[in-house]
Amino acid sequence: MNLRWDEFIVTGDPLILGAQISIVLVSIALVFGLTYFKKWGWLWRDWITSVDHKKIGIMYIIAALLMLFRGGVDALLMRIQLAAPEMEFLSAQHYNEIFTTHGTIMIIFMAMPFLIGLMNVVVPLQIGARDVAFPFLNNLSFWTFFVGAMLFNISFVVGGSPSAGWTSYVPMAGNELSPGPGQNYYLLGLQISGIGTLLTGINFIVTILKMRTKGMTLFRMPMFTWTTLITSLIITFAFPVLTVSLALMTFDRLFGTHFFTLADGGMPMLWANLFWIWGHPEVYIVILPAFGIFSEIITTFARKTLFGYKAMVGSVVIISCLSFLVWVHHFYTMGSGAAVNSFFSITTMMISIPTGVKIFNWLFTMYKGRISFKQPMLWSIAFIPNFVIGGVTGVMLAMAAADYQYHNTYFLVSHFHYVLIAGTVFACFAGLVFWYPKMFGHKLNEKIGQWAFWLFMIGFNVCFFPQYFLGLDGMPRRTFSYLPEEGWFSLNFISTVGAFVMGLGFLIFVYNVYYSFRHSARETSGDCWGSGRTLEWATSSAIPPFYNFAVLPEVRTIDPYWHMKEDGQESQKEEDYKPIHMPSNTGLGFIMSVFLGISGFGLVFEWYWIGLVGVILTFACMIYRSFQQDDGYYVPVEKIKETERHASV
Amino acid sequence: MEYQSETGRLNILGFWIFIGAEFALFSTLFAAYFVLINRTAGYITPGELFDLKLVLIMTFLLLTSSFTCGMAVHEMRNHNVKRMMIWLAITLLLGLGFVGYEIYEFVHYASEGATLSTSAYWSAFFVLLGTHGLHVSIGIIWIIGIMIQIKKRGLTPKTSSKVFVSSLYWHFLDVVWIFIFTGVYLLGMVS
Repeated sequence: MNLRWDEFIVTGDPLILGAQISIVLVSIALVFGLTYFKKWGWLWRDWITSVDHKKIGIMYIIAALLMLFRGGVDALLMRIQLAAPEMEFLSAQHYNEIFTTHGTIMIIFMAMPFLIGLMNVVVPLQIGARDVAFPFLNNLSFWTFFVGAMLFNISFVVGGSPSAGWTSYVPMAGNELSPGPGQNYYLLGLQISGIGTLLTGINFIVTILKMRTKGMTLFRMPMFTWTTLITSLIITFAFPVLTVSLALMTFDRLFGTHFFTLADGGMPMLWANLFWIWGHPEVYIVILPAFGIFSEIITTFARKTLFGYKAMVGSVVIISCLSFLVWVHHFYTMGSGAAVNSFFSITTMMISIPTGVKIFNWLFTMYKGRISFKQPMLWSIAFIPNFVIGGVTGVMLAMAAADYQYHNTYFLVSHFHYVLIAGTVFACFAGLVFWYPKMFGHKLNEKIGQWAFWLFMIGFNVCFFPQYFLGLDGMPRRTFSYLPEEGWFSLNFISTVGAFVMGLGFLIFVYNVYYSFRHSARETSGDCWGSGRTLEWATSSAIPPFYNFAVLPEVRTIDPYWHMKEDGQESQKEEDYKPIHMPSNTGLGFIMSVFLGISGFGLVFEWYWIGLVGVILTFACMIYRSFQQDDGYYVPVEKIKETERHASV
Repeated sequence: MEYQSETGRLNILGFWIFIGAEFALFSTLFAAYFVLINRTAGYITPGELFDLKLVLIMTFLLLTSSFTCGMAVHEMRNHNVKRMMIWLAITLLLGLGFVGYEIYEFVHYASEGATLSTSAYWSAFFVLLGTHGLHVSIGIIWIIGIMIQIKKRGLTPKTSSKVFVSSLYWHFLDVVWIFIFTGVYLLGMVS
């Protein structure tokens, strides 16, 4: 790639210029603030090098919220461009770049990390463990994700963004139609963060299988832990496929191989298949943990045990198996033939059966419960009808013959936003509000939170419901402009208004974080909602000490903490304290990820020597780690007593 | 022995799951290979290049190394550090021989006009074989590192779990090679 020096930084667009100026200003403000308040040491010791699963989880969630903001701004820019016919707010190329980054960021860098963040905070607590199985790996996972995300994000100011859609279909994503570094950013950003995701998957499988406290059998595990286990299994088998697919396309673009090219025997359809063999399970990676979160919240706020627990577990397992068997439904119209389409049509529709089972189980859980309509419960209740709308239209799309009509229209766009926003995004918000006191020691303000909820939920429906009709009217997706005589104006305009209402809802949600930090009452009890059922509420205080449990609890039933409270056994005795073994912090995960990021950045611009140096340094870190003799340390009983006394005050 | 410590047990289970992921990785590469198997675009075909003798030597080297690696773990369980180290060293030599032959093979093919960018078939061939070869090379460096650690610290629960994990990895690469041998070379020579 021959890049002239003045092409390195993207210039010429006032929107991008504005972004550049704000990036510089925010960076200066951050550096200044950290220096002024002497917080560099705190940042390094307490956060960057931390191997505490709760802190890593919080970092994931903060990063995901930032990405939600970025992806949301992308969405609003698109909606402005589509608000009226023949708008000239964005150029065609800029629009392509924005919908590509919107899709990629929302799935890879927002939804998945958000859920992984919640898993990190909650799962070890739910199974009564002191940490995850591989704490260092956990830290490394976060930093590779973060570096990958940042590499992807700088593309729009340095070198130019990818513009071939989040699915990166070839030949669109090939060298001829996507020259320049944009597509390379996509490939390497996803590759680097994918490593982190795979490691997380392995980590959580081992954690859940091996680190459960005494008496916590598999069928006494909370639903969220179950969905995390199954999700981790999907990650472990789906992400290597992504790794290979991205590597093959990288080779095509950088080294002239012919996997997906049109010339010399390459096969573009191979990309579509490989991408969706990963991409479809990915959809379930971001929805199954959401189901887990809703299960936890609904049982807590309906004050009932989960209806049909075993059926729920079974449904999750069946969904996870089917998720690998439906990938062709993403391209029925690409000529696979009637028999193939029928097979995938049937497997796709079969997914609605276990999903339906789950929906009914949630409804039966609420039936005759004493429901308390707090924020987390509102998000969870709103999830059910909205998700069902998305699910039913999904079955419509699953019919291959009918899909020829809807394919590539806004009908599809609306369908997956209904499923992913009502499923995943609602779950992220619900889970964040639900476990917020566990993480930060105070609740989010109820009144402001309800405002955020109603604005977001109504805005969401106003935004996406009209899009079903736009789709049936034939408006194609990925289109950047349309003519007045096509008659799509009014529905598009309504949709744009809805998008802005959603944006307002998000802003109020963020404001609530600030407001509650200043004004909410501090929680002192571990059982912040008063009706906790699972072990994360059994820790000594609102924010659990770094070792989680002074004495590991013993479990005899489902919903163990609920039963402990009924039996009056929730307090721990000081004489049971024993020294606790904990891992020590390390900066190696961060350093390694930075090297990996440098390597990725070099490869984006085909500066191979930088790429090579980065890879070598990364390997050097791995070797160093292998030689490191660090067995962690023991927390003495005195320290535990002191921490616990301090926590209970 | 390798299961003595808590971290050892966790690492071994974690590594088994990692091998599961590696299995998915190589399956994808094989799938790509088989999809592109006849797509030589009129350029040189595998049947014209493959040399059974060379491949048999490589197969022999790698399969034997898996046996010697097993012997090393056996000696480890008998607490015979010296013999274990000898077996590990033999394993490494065999592995190095394999990698050497593979490099020779690649250079030879390139000189005959089959490179990464010749056609889809050769892209898939080189990437599949190259990934396996890279894994073997990483395995060699890894086992050298473990041997140095044992030299320094002796055979502890920690180092022994490392030996065991690296032996799992080594056997796994052997299994992948058997698939390559039959799926790539034997089929390639038939067609």
